Amino acid sequence: MATKVDYPLAAGDKGLVEQSTGKVSPTMALIAGWLVPGAGHLLLGKWIRAALLMVSILGMFAIGVALKGKIYTPNTGEPLDMLGFAGDLGSGILYGLGRLLGWGQEPVLIAVADYGTKFIVVAGLLNIVAAVDAHSLASGRKRS
Amino acid sequence: MTISHFSAVLLFSLFTSVVFGITQRAEPKMMVRFGAYCFVLFVGCTIAASWVMWLIKH
Repeated sequence: MATKVDYPLAAGDKGLVEQSTGKVSPTMALIAGWLVPGAGHLLLGKWIRAALLMVSILGMFAIGVALKGKIYTPNTGEPLDMLGFAGDLGSGILYGLGRLLGWGQEPVLIAVADYGTKFIVVAGLLNIVAAVDAHSLASGRKRS
Repeated sequence: MTISHFSAVLLFSLFTSVVFGITQRAEPKMMVRFGAYCFVLFVGCTIAASWVMWLIKH
């Protein structure tokens, strides 16, 4: 069952779009997608997309940690560290796990470790993009 | 774990392109095309920038 909605659409979309009336609310998809990479799409039944997103984001985060990249902590007072922290926080539960287990706390001494830091930050940012995409799918703003 | 700089570029480009492809397009065929496009742009631009830096140095 689907109902028509008439709010403005993103550039490139024309006409009305059918809004999903499934049981997953857009907010739920957003939060689930943020906490666990790919979980938002999984709730919406997009199995393949969920698996690809999960592998990509988890892969980036794991490689970043393996390269001895830094996981930022809040309240260091440095503006760039605060931006890094905001990016890292996008990884959701992975960030909490990393902090809990003490990953990424060693000083960055080599170029490859600096790459690791960037991998971890970008994994968080990509996870935010994926979570917002799940929200758009759940709200009907994105067609499929 | 250590990887070469080029391997890092390939891995970064691959994972980022997969996420961009899935999130920025609605149809599966277009997702694959956009993901491949992003991958080629990431790797191509990095190689081009590397050669520019080499030329500046020499």
